[in-house]
Amino acid sequence: MDSFRSISIRRSTTQAINLGMMMTSALMMWKLWMCVSGTESPVVVVLTGSMEPGIKKGDLLFLHMNQSPICSGEIVVFNVEGKEIPIVHRVVTVHEERETEKVTILTKGDNNRVDDRHGVYADGQLWLEQNHIQGRVMGFLPYLGWATIIMTEKPVIKYILIGALSLLVITSKE
Amino acid sequence: MHSFGYRANALITFAVTILALMCAIASLSDNLNSPSPSSQVQVLNINWFQKQPNGNDEVSMTLNISADLQSMFTWNTKQVFVFIAAEYETPKNALNQVSLWDGIIPSKEHAKFWIHTTNKYRFTDQGSNLRGKEFNLTLHWHVMPKTGKMFADKIVMSGFRLPDEYR
Repeated sequence: MDSFRSISIRRSTTQAINLGMMMTSALMMWKLWMCVSGTESPVVVVLTGSMEPGIKKGDLLFLHMNQSPICSGEIVVFNVEGKEIPIVHRVVTVHEERETEKVTILTKGDNNRVDDRHGVYADGQLWLEQNHIQGRVMGFLPYLGWATIIMTEKPVIKYILIGALSLLVITSKE
Repeated sequence: MHSFGYRANALITFAVTILALMCAIASLSDNLNSPSPSSQVQVLNINWFQKQPNGNDEVSMTLNISADLQSMFTWNTKQVFVFIAAEYETPKNALNQVSLWDGIIPSKEHAKFWIHTTNKYRFTDQGSNLRGKEFNLTLHWHVMPKTGKMFADKIVMSGFRLPDEYR
């Protein structure tokens, strides 16, 4: 009886360790990707239609960031103070000051009639600065972001999925 | 080992891996294309040139833009975003790039075009430095693929100059 119990303790410990290893290696790969791409969120999902028809809602974007200056025409992801979701728009105007090397940027969504001063920036904000920019868009995959959008809009599905996955891992025989 | 769950898992993993591989190859095939675009821009007229109440100069001009970007389209191209930016220096700013006009080319048939238009977006300076200013007009394009990496490049056309006085 004792040996029977110790076998099942060993098995459940092994399973717990396997689960822990999977989760930590996934986390390590994510952090490594963050380091290589230079931005905190190297992959974003497009939530609005303001860049159609080129970038549609539900597309997945790959970001990269470095210190090289932002040029007009680049598609960038930035945060506005007071708003949580990052915005993906194109840079239309750049001014770089000679002495301070400070860069001011104006952006606009391709599908919007007016630039982002009307409705996107915070009240009274006329320009973005380099430190507001989270990353520039380098490449993209269509439609793959829908899974995230569905899980955000209906959190029930997220819980069901996580529950089902955990159940599968726990009950697997190996 | 042969249950439905394992088989479904193996199948889906394989399918997703192959799909990702196909997207990567599609994107890499864009590198094989060597585009040879050409373009020409003329400033037909300076409509007005004034200093706004906030102290910034502003210009309105009519442009004649012709370009041939057909060589840029591959089977993996969804659209080409093209825009014209005015680039110039001022004593305060080392670099200024102001977008004057942009357009979306959805397919190869539309890629050879000629357009006569006033600037779609306001050509405004940070300050009052535009009188007599020499500037370049740069045609930029961004090739947005169906999947994968985006490409961008430009053609710089120099030799433009704003009038010495407001009008």
